[in-house]
Amino acid sequence: MAANPFPLSKEQLLQAYRTMRTIREFEERLHVDFGRGDIPGFVHLYAGEEAAGTGIMVHLGDGDRIASTHRGHGHCIAKGVDVRSMMKEIYGRKGGACEGKGGSMHIADLDKGMMGANGILGAGAPLACGAALAAKFRGQGEVAISFVGDGASNQGTFLESLNLAAVWNLPAIFVVENNGYAESTSRDYGVAVDSYVDRAAGFGLPGVTVDGTDFFAVHEAAGEIIARARKGAGPALLECKMVRFYGHFEGDAQTYRAPGELEQNRAERDCLKKFAAAVTAAGVITTEELTTVDHEVLSLIENAVVAAKAAPLPTAADLTTDVYVAY
Amino acid sequence: MARKISMKQAINEALDQEMTRDPSVILLGEDIVGGAGGNGERDAWGGVLGVTKGLYAKHGDRLLDTPLSESAYVGAAIGAAACGMRPVAELMFIDFMGVCFDQIYNQAAKFRYMFGGKAQTPVVIRTMVGAGFRAAAQHSQMLTPLFTHIPGLKVVCPSTPYDTKGLLIQAIRDNDPVIFCEHKNLYGFEGEVPEASYTIPFGEANVVREGKDVTLVSYGLMVHRALDAAAALARDRIEAEVIDLRTLSPLDLDTVLESVAKTGRLVCVDEANPRCSIAADISAQVAQQAFAALKGPIEMVTPPHAPVPFSPALEDLYLPGAAQIVAAVKRTLEGGRH
Repeated sequence: MAANPFPLSKEQLLQAYRTMRTIREFEERLHVDFGRGDIPGFVHLYAGEEAAGTGIMVHLGDGDRIASTHRGHGHCIAKGVDVRSMMKEIYGRKGGACEGKGGSMHIADLDKGMMGANGILGAGAPLACGAALAAKFRGQGEVAISFVGDGASNQGTFLESLNLAAVWNLPAIFVVENNGYAESTSRDYGVAVDSYVDRAAGFGLPGVTVDGTDFFAVHEAAGEIIARARKGAGPALLECKMVRFYGHFEGDAQTYRAPGELEQNRAERDCLKKFAAAVTAAGVITTEELTTVDHEVLSLIENAVVAAKAAPLPTAADLTTDVYVAY
Repeated sequence: MARKISMKQAINEALDQEMTRDPSVILLGEDIVGGAGGNGERDAWGGVLGVTKGLYAKHGDRLLDTPLSESAYVGAAIGAAACGMRPVAELMFIDFMGVCFDQIYNQAAKFRYMFGGKAQTPVVIRTMVGAGFRAAAQHSQMLTPLFTHIPGLKVVCPSTPYDTKGLLIQAIRDNDPVIFCEHKNLYGFEGEVPEASYTIPFGEANVVREGKDVTLVSYGLMVHRALDAAAALARDRIEAEVIDLRTLSPLDLDTVLESVAKTGRLVCVDEANPRCSIAADISAQVAQQAFAALKGPIEMVTPPHAPVPFSPALEDLYLPGAAQIVAAVKRTLEGGRH
């Protein structure tokens, strides 16, 4: 075996690959099952964006909090939320992460530091400021991360949060997942500045832009920013330029894309292919080892779907429980 | 006899005692200390009307002055609450809720249910409500119905310093999000308040005057108007029972129903605008659940379906007074079944 040129051990690399592959297969399976009419409601897939969530989350522990978006499945998986409980949730079953009351857009696991996917664009940023404030009071070096897309980067909540985090020197990190589209509208139509680094500078925050389809680029940039925040040096913004393999929501015909755009993205900007190529070319991990992970992941997802379909539906007795802690 | 303090002092004392008792209690808001970052006096204001004055000297950095940025800091209070703190955010006027409403009704109110009972959000949002301050349409509203409508929120609106202290301490210890409405025209109102800490449970209305002829249901400043009306009615030998709801969510409907069973007549007095108001809600629930007990039409006394006007001449017409309540009582007494 060749010397490992990466800043992660072979075991860590395999784990990162497993996380990204799990997200990919989870989303690919939802795409199929949604198309069959098995899944109720709205579903927004993270396929294509795996390297960003994973490259950031490998730096975090359960005490670090994240506030996610409507496109939250990948963040959940990378933050350690149980895939089976997620699948049950998306299928609207009891025993789901939220007992079937939240669904795809509201999966949360507070014990894992996952403060929830969020149906309101930009709403997670103030919540992450609150988590960062709580971390600051605890004084144990924890951080909080807010994810927004390029679309929600225009929300007042997000912009106010950049200012609040800077003013209070919070251990908060604002990740802009720039996949080029706010729903169907081009990022360049909705954001007047070319770089989010400029926007961060306007609020007194350092900012970094990375290729969000390059796990190693995200990992390095996020590592520096997170370490800085842990030391009390304050908030920062990280822009990940990435691609969305599916539409805004499942069922989106994506006619706003240029002809061939999706195929080109899959061929040239697939973060999993790029990761696999890098680690095999370096001779650190073999193709067979990656294939073994692929099979294990497919089995995990299949079992999760089988368990979700077999899980009981919530009943009338569940309709009005847990509105309050006590009322 | 216990000492008398103002409602403003009661709030300050409740905050002070809870901050002393529980290190996870923090205060956030605009100018709640005052003078942050400047070269003048620190604790310059203690809130725009001085409610939190003096707390900074005792609790220091657990009071956080915020930028004028309600979405961010109210959201941060909610996020911190979901992460184990007990934040009390001060939103200067309830009229400003519009700029941070999403954080309250889509985030704080929904977390517990939406996350399958696995989250709790013990945040208190203190806010000034009510008219009579010549503060015009954007600083005078009684928006209690907006929040009472939302499952997951609790809504409190006290009328006395005693209730204010006990209900605020309960709000801080409560594990659900609470909108704590303080009537700005009652800040100077004095009453007996024990120095020791105590709580008043939510969902327990207070019968502040007993009577057998008619039930007056109210909350906040209007309780005092209802008491004035009851005193005037007593001169005509009409005995009005006055109920102070104290909390609007949860609502103590049982106390109202028991009273109506006795009096057979109900007048709801509400400072909120009439449509979809607390008065309308209670009227509907009593009509549904105690129709047989009613001896006359249910009456509502509210401001008109109009914004709060500025001119003192108009604002005095806007706010219901004892005379309108007395008139409503007479209507239900005269319009009744015999």
